[in-house]
Amino acid sequence: MTEEIEAMTDSITLPNSLRSQPDASGHFGSFGGRYVAETLMPLILELEKVYRDARQDPAFDAEFTELLRSYVGRPNPLYYAGRLTEALRAEAAPGKGAKIYLKREELNHTGAHKINNCIGQALLARRMGKKKVIAETGAGQHGVATATVAALFGMECKIFMGAKDVERQKPNVFRMKLLGAEVIPVVSGSQTLKDAMNDALRHWVSNVHDTFYIIGTAAGPHPYPELVRDFQSVIGREAREQILELEGRLPDMLIAPVGGGSNAIGLFHPFLDDAEVRMIGVEAAGEGLAGKHAASLAGGKSGILHGNRTYLLQDEDGQITEAHSISAGLDYPGIGPEHSWLHEIGRVEYMPITDDEALASFQKLSALEGIIPALESAHAIAIAEKVAPTLDADRIIVVNLSGRGDKDIFTVASALGVEI
Amino acid sequence: MTVDRLSARFAACKSQGRAALVTFVTAGDPSVADTPAILDALVEGGADIIELGMPFTDPMADGPAIELANLRSLGSGTKTKDIFALASAFRARHPETPLVLMGYANPMLVRGPQWFADQCSAAGVDGVVCVDVPPEEDAEIGPALRAAGIHLIRLATPTTDAARLPAVLNGASGFLYHVAVAGITGKQQAAQAAVEQAVARLKTATDLPIAVGFGVRSAEQAAAIGRVADGVVVGSAIVDIIGSHGDAAAPFVKEFVAALRGALNANSPHFRETAA
Repeated sequence: MTEEIEAMTDSITLPNSLRSQPDASGHFGSFGGRYVAETLMPLILELEKVYRDARQDPAFDAEFTELLRSYVGRPNPLYYAGRLTEALRAEAAPGKGAKIYLKREELNHTGAHKINNCIGQALLARRMGKKKVIAETGAGQHGVATATVAALFGMECKIFMGAKDVERQKPNVFRMKLLGAEVIPVVSGSQTLKDAMNDALRHWVSNVHDTFYIIGTAAGPHPYPELVRDFQSVIGREAREQILELEGRLPDMLIAPVGGGSNAIGLFHPFLDDAEVRMIGVEAAGEGLAGKHAASLAGGKSGILHGNRTYLLQDEDGQITEAHSISAGLDYPGIGPEHSWLHEIGRVEYMPITDDEALASFQKLSALEGIIPALESAHAIAIAEKVAPTLDADRIIVVNLSGRGDKDIFTVASALGVEI
Repeated sequence: MTVDRLSARFAACKSQGRAALVTFVTAGDPSVADTPAILDALVEGGADIIELGMPFTDPMADGPAIELANLRSLGSGTKTKDIFALASAFRARHPETPLVLMGYANPMLVRGPQWFADQCSAAGVDGVVCVDVPPEEDAEIGPALRAAGIHLIRLATPTTDAARLPAVLNGASGFLYHVAVAGITGKQQAAQAAVEQAVARLKTATDLPIAVGFGVRSAEQAAAIGRVADGVVVGSAIVDIIGSHGDAAAPFVKEFVAALRGALNANSPHFRETAA
């Protein structure tokens, strides 16, 4: 009976909860919404309905959870990074230097958090009777994860990828092809992630009857930001349980990298109502905020792109400007709408990290812990390195190690002037 | 708005027994300096209504032709203030020809809906088509435009079913733009039977004039659609001519538009009698 009441309370929208967004029309405060061409609207509305039904269906959750266990390899560990913690303490004032834990999303099948969401969306696609899936990809991680679940579910898969990225990310292109996906090089615009998303939307609008669009981050038209967040929230639920077991209390701080922000919202969301837990989202500052960067919150303003209202890098006429980050996964001129809202209400702090800082942390974590982080995750490590020494030694930080860095070794070698 | 140019023009076309010819070009394609001559060519060729595209870096509902036009325009330095200057100057040269701005939400709303509505009003713009603001998000743009007396032209598509159509029509004015294919601009061509069925269905739900667009590329197609719809929209085919001929495009545009108009006139009993 108690459990039943708890379950009911959990599903009731509490007005004083930060976990009750979005509203019925898909808005997080003034952000989010459904800004798509009329052709897509009926499908978006149907997806919302199917998603609501799925959430009420215990069989859906059971299958999702079982695939995360047996196929993805969850739960992944929460690891105490003792050598990193001690190294930072050595340079900190006496009594300072918080304990750093890493949430090991990089140990998932396909090497990043992306697969959590792809499994969930593929289950929705099957529920809607769609046998074809499409996705956009930048560096190829979401493309590989989508191609993986398409193989798993026996679905036809097309991946839209900027022609420049196809050239830069040949190993991932080959992986996707091995997995049976067709990789479509996008030659329009800047030939990178945002153009891949434009072309995926163009394909979708022309094939709405039989195609499901697996969006790779917690952005796009409602209900995508909500459902991607929900699928990724397994990260925060696990981390919460694990830290309670390890430390007997909640962490003092969570840190996660933010491009579109799906790994970050997945970690943060289960903790949003815990006022004592501070949260930091890390934006890619590229060459610095005065130069080329991908920090939508620090350097952008509210606008409408790719189906949602959110912070965007844009000029005074509302033209979208090119993003830059050494990390292809953060190289996008927007951010998920829930992050824009959490930024505006001040619940989550967002801090910038440059390419150079991320590169330094990429090397530091590799050498100290034997874990090569994705460049995205290295941005979060860099903030941990800055913040941990300012906190007392009994404080606890959880960093989302969202992906592994094998994919980035060519980029990093080139940035360091090493030929491989 | 004292004169409702859109209603007047649809009424005039109806009295002539033909569909209105609605033509689309992107503002500033290939450059702001070239646009006035191209707009004049549209009018001289016989266009009834001008849709002026506001270029955007990410035109995700458009096919390659109009996407390239957007990039040509932005590449040559087109700014939003240039587009309103083009509109004002057009209004001065062509006091009777309805002018509709078509584009994406972000460039329209970046300075707020009131600013945009005021600019439209001052420039003599009659209506706005905002591709990525569906009825669900009407509050972003609809109230400001309606208060300024600017028509908000809504889109109905092959996926807009009977249950949804009332939501699309609620707040729609000027005309209803029927997107003939579920897809992007320019490429596929709708089956005539599907167009006829769709127009008939829309007619039972609204008194607004119905203009049909997306994939209309030839005079023959325009004539066929013009037999059932109140207006025919041609965009990509004109934009392709501008893409091929650049700053020398105006006479070619005029010739093509004249052919489209001729095909629509041929549907009209009025014109057939005159010719006889």
